Amino acid sequence: MNWDWQIFCKETTTGDQIMGCFGKGQDVTYLDWILSAWGQTLVVSACALVVALMVGLVIGTFRTLPQSPWLVRIGNAWVELFRNIPLLVQIFLWYFVLPAIFPALQQVPSMILVIFALGFFTSARVAEQVRAGIQALPRGQRYAGMAVGFTTAQTYRFVLLPMALRIVIPPLTSESMNIVKNSSVAFAVSIAELTFFARQSGEETGQPVLMYLAVSVLYAVSAFGINRVMAWVENRTRVPGFVAAGGMGGGH
Amino acid sequence: MKKHLLAIAAVTVVGALLPLTSSAQTTDTLAKVKASGAITMGVRESSGALSYTLGEGKYVGYHVELCQRIITDIEKSIGKKLEVKYQPVTSQNRIPLVQNGTIDIECGSTTNNATRQKDVSFLVTAYMEQVRIAVKANSGITKIEQLTGKNVATTTGTTSVQLLRKHERATGVDFKEIFGKDHADSFLLLDSGRADAFVMDGSILIGNIMNSKNPADFKIVGEVLSNEPIGIMVRKDDAALKKIGDATIAALAKSGELNKLYDKWFLQAIPPKNVKLDLPATAETKAAWATLSDKPLEDYAKK
Repeated sequence: MNWDWQIFCKETTTGDQIMGCFGKGQDVTYLDWILSAWGQTLVVSACALVVALMVGLVIGTFRTLPQSPWLVRIGNAWVELFRNIPLLVQIFLWYFVLPAIFPALQQVPSMILVIFALGFFTSARVAEQVRAGIQALPRGQRYAGMAVGFTTAQTYRFVLLPMALRIVIPPLTSESMNIVKNSSVAFAVSIAELTFFARQSGEETGQPVLMYLAVSVLYAVSAFGINRVMAWVENRTRVPGFVAAGGMGGGH
Repeated sequence: MKKHLLAIAAVTVVGALLPLTSSAQTTDTLAKVKASGAITMGVRESSGALSYTLGEGKYVGYHVELCQRIITDIEKSIGKKLEVKYQPVTSQNRIPLVQNGTIDIECGSTTNNATRQKDVSFLVTAYMEQVRIAVKANSGITKIEQLTGKNVATTTGTTSVQLLRKHERATGVDFKEIFGKDHADSFLLLDSGRADAFVMDGSILIGNIMNSKNPADFKIVGEVLSNEPIGIMVRKDDAALKKIGDATIAALAKSGELNKLYDKWFLQAIPPKNVKLDLPATAETKAAWATLSDKPLEDYAKK
């Protein structure tokens, strides 16, 4: 095994070594390519994360509503539907099966489909965590909201969710990091992201080990970046004296 | 504590990588198989008629049969009967597996090019592949120029991806490339209408069309985008094995048996579905039989 890192300075079509490693004009080096692939991974992950958090928050809240059996049922159905089907199968359903039923979907770019597929898949898991957070609160909190005359919406907005969401930041951090790693399935529907890059460039250059190594490092860096952002959020939103939140792990 | 963890992680990573860097592999395959009494053939699950599985660990195809002939000659040369083991490989792992000795001879659909010749050796070429375009029969597309701005499907991890890039750069034609994760996926892209064309090795296109619900819905059009030598791989610098392999192919070519072998896999009905591929030997394949050589793809383009 020869480790030829110079391979990243190669032009992808002509195979010329490019000075400075960044191609100009028509030239695209493997370094340019891996960076743009990284960009695709980050875009897919970030957009899917936004979808997952928003939908997950709504569905998770639905599942805890005391007097709306239909919303609870919708929430349950949503979670079971998206949690019980493997991610790759869901992506294919979105990409091949649904467009066969609704031809209009054929025109939707695969990027959008992947973002929603990944977002909805993760939203089911986020919803469960949000529900767990709300249900972890003492029952008195809900009664307190009702006692001061809040509507259900106000009780959630001002009493329950602010505390529940603080509790679930650590599992949400894991989920957010998972989304970066799960975004690798996007290669299956022709998104030129990191896994796609590794498979293709490994074949072209005859250095698959090198390419997978570089890609692994970028995945790890991305996931760790999200970890740091969430740690910062956790820190900023900490309520002094509220045991379950903040970096006071251990429960002392 | 954190620093310690980092140090341990670094040591672990380096430790895991070291065995990769020391590739003290024996290159004398003949001695190896003589000692072990077994030879491992790398095969593909579905590489058209070149190399594919019938299920239950059975592998057949033009290249597989060719390799079986070569193994018979190896047995003669070392004077010992060998047990033949079949090991399915993929585009991603075939070269590392040849290098590290997991497989002794790879009989799949590997394009012989200069990059790969740095890592492995190829026997003389017995099959020339043509990269073609498959479209829906009713699409009205007959040549590559009509694909400007259209969705063109190809499979991730194949030389066709690079070929399309080269073509785009050379002619300024702009396709929207979409990538299937394997050939079946790429064909589904064409079938479902997401792609207007599927660019791939001709034998793979025909194989997919023949196995589709309605083969008449598809056709292969346009010029040949590239002629690629497809070779049988052996470990680099294993002159003794390469000599036997080359001699076997040369003898088959000379006696006309290579032609018969080709007929059997590409013109007659083949298992499991008993369909005919109807892919007569191209002028390039015949030329390869007439003047046997193991030169890489790049040398064909030069002339």
